[in-house]
Amino acid sequence: MFSTQDVLETINMIESDHLDIRTVTMGVSLLPCVRETAVRTADAVYDEVCAKAENLVKVADGLSAEYGIPIVNKRVSVTPVSIITAPFAKASGLVAKALDKAAKNIGIDFLGGYTALVHKGMAPYEKDFINTIPEVLATTDRLCASVNVGSSKSGINMDAVSLMGNVIKRTAEATKDRDGFGCAKLVVFCNAVEDNPFMAGAFHGIGEASPVINVGVSGPGVVRHALEGAPECDLTKLAELIKRTAFKITRAGQLVAAEAAKRLGAEFGIVDLSLAPTPAVGDSVAQILEEMGLECVGTHGTTACLAMLNDAVKKGGVMASSKVGGLSGAFIPVSEDAGMIEAAEKGTLTVDKLEAMTSVCSVGLDMIAVPGDTPEDTISAIIADEAAIGMINNKTTAVRLIPAPGKSVGDEVNFGGLLGRAPVMPVHSESPSKFIRRGGLIPAPIHSNKN
Amino acid sequence: MRAVVTVVGKDKTGIIAKVSAYLSEKGINILDISQTILDDYFAMLMMVDLSGASEPLEKLSADCREMGEKIGMSIHLQHEAIFNAMHNI
Repeated sequence: MFSTQDVLETINMIESDHLDIRTVTMGVSLLPCVRETAVRTADAVYDEVCAKAENLVKVADGLSAEYGIPIVNKRVSVTPVSIITAPFAKASGLVAKALDKAAKNIGIDFLGGYTALVHKGMAPYEKDFINTIPEVLATTDRLCASVNVGSSKSGINMDAVSLMGNVIKRTAEATKDRDGFGCAKLVVFCNAVEDNPFMAGAFHGIGEASPVINVGVSGPGVVRHALEGAPECDLTKLAELIKRTAFKITRAGQLVAAEAAKRLGAEFGIVDLSLAPTPAVGDSVAQILEEMGLECVGTHGTTACLAMLNDAVKKGGVMASSKVGGLSGAFIPVSEDAGMIEAAEKGTLTVDKLEAMTSVCSVGLDMIAVPGDTPEDTISAIIADEAAIGMINNKTTAVRLIPAPGKSVGDEVNFGGLLGRAPVMPVHSESPSKFIRRGGLIPAPIHSNKN
Repeated sequence: MRAVVTVVGKDKTGIIAKVSAYLSEKGINILDISQTILDDYFAMLMMVDLSGASEPLEKLSADCREMGEKIGMSIHLQHEAIFNAMHNI
């Protein structure tokens, strides 16, 4: 049984501290949809997504009303599209349009999986597929794309890294009327995970059951509120407090995931233990770090605070869920976090500091606007740095940069909604071109040879 | 199926009467009830049984929210599972 205090605590978390289930994501395999032509494959893909995820929104909304906890996003992830369009890669856009149409038909927010996995090498059809990304992101609304360019086991495919610098620039150009919005739907990964429920990087791995339900919880506001109540605690006690809070948040996610899977006739996949901020005041990871004792996020001490937060969230969450997976850690997307935006505007939070922070948390350089004239090789080099952190540390890292067309440092981009707004941040002007243009593979680290 | 009804807000007359009248009208049995006053704030908690309820939980929950807005209180009706999950191991 629970006490009055427990009940009121839950209600306060939801009402005042923005506790929510960030996403219920259904993974759907597209492998049964492969046909002889792109047109027939696109039709089969549309039918499959509509059939499997038909009731996703209805079930999620029902659970939200019953448990009294908001479920913010309903999403679908699919098998990496480059796999199913291999025989007609240049026509992959047809499948993209079918997926976008299916997403709109079933009323979900985003659909992820316009994805290629090229961490060790790139087949010609994969290169053709990746080259369709800019146009696809400019002509669809809800489809998200991702490319995995490296892994701890295989190394970093620098040819793919180089290509992605170019693809990101072209995507920004193709969506220049919307501040390069297409880039907000494109993630470049190292060590991409197959069961991630969060966008824009979700795809349905080929090792997964189908359909499967993966749930992402959230609650930076709840953690911040808990820390506010303990202003004089030492860090040992603070870590304990974060663990307890993460436990409760994750239990809500576990409940929703298990019940949603049951009602949708799907397998229960994982709960992703992430602290995902939103632009709403108080729902900020930056403000948790500041509550821990930093004057402003980005200053010295930020990496240590974030490391402790990330670890405590995992420790609390792991015990609360029977299956943990996805990205599981604190997210630091600049445009989606009011505290990060403020610190970036002040100049305290820089791209270099963010890079350091990504070595101790999930996931990477996320939703960062950079000047529109940033050369593609510089973007590739930023991806390479981030992929190196992921590869050496056996963790997922990602890059979601927006080279905002026509904008420079001092300007801002505004995407609205959950994607928020971002000040354009400076990057180094010295060229890494010679390094990037060498191409080839950065070999996997020695500690990957474990067999 | 059991649910938890919570009523929180500035204390005023007739709150329990109003909420219990609604529950009885919908065929909902009150199993347990407790209330406290914290700094002028009224907090009531009811454990209710929905097995004889005439409406689905979603509708009851929306009704309660609406009733709360009308009388300037925060009223929630939620499946007990969310509290069990978060506060019991």
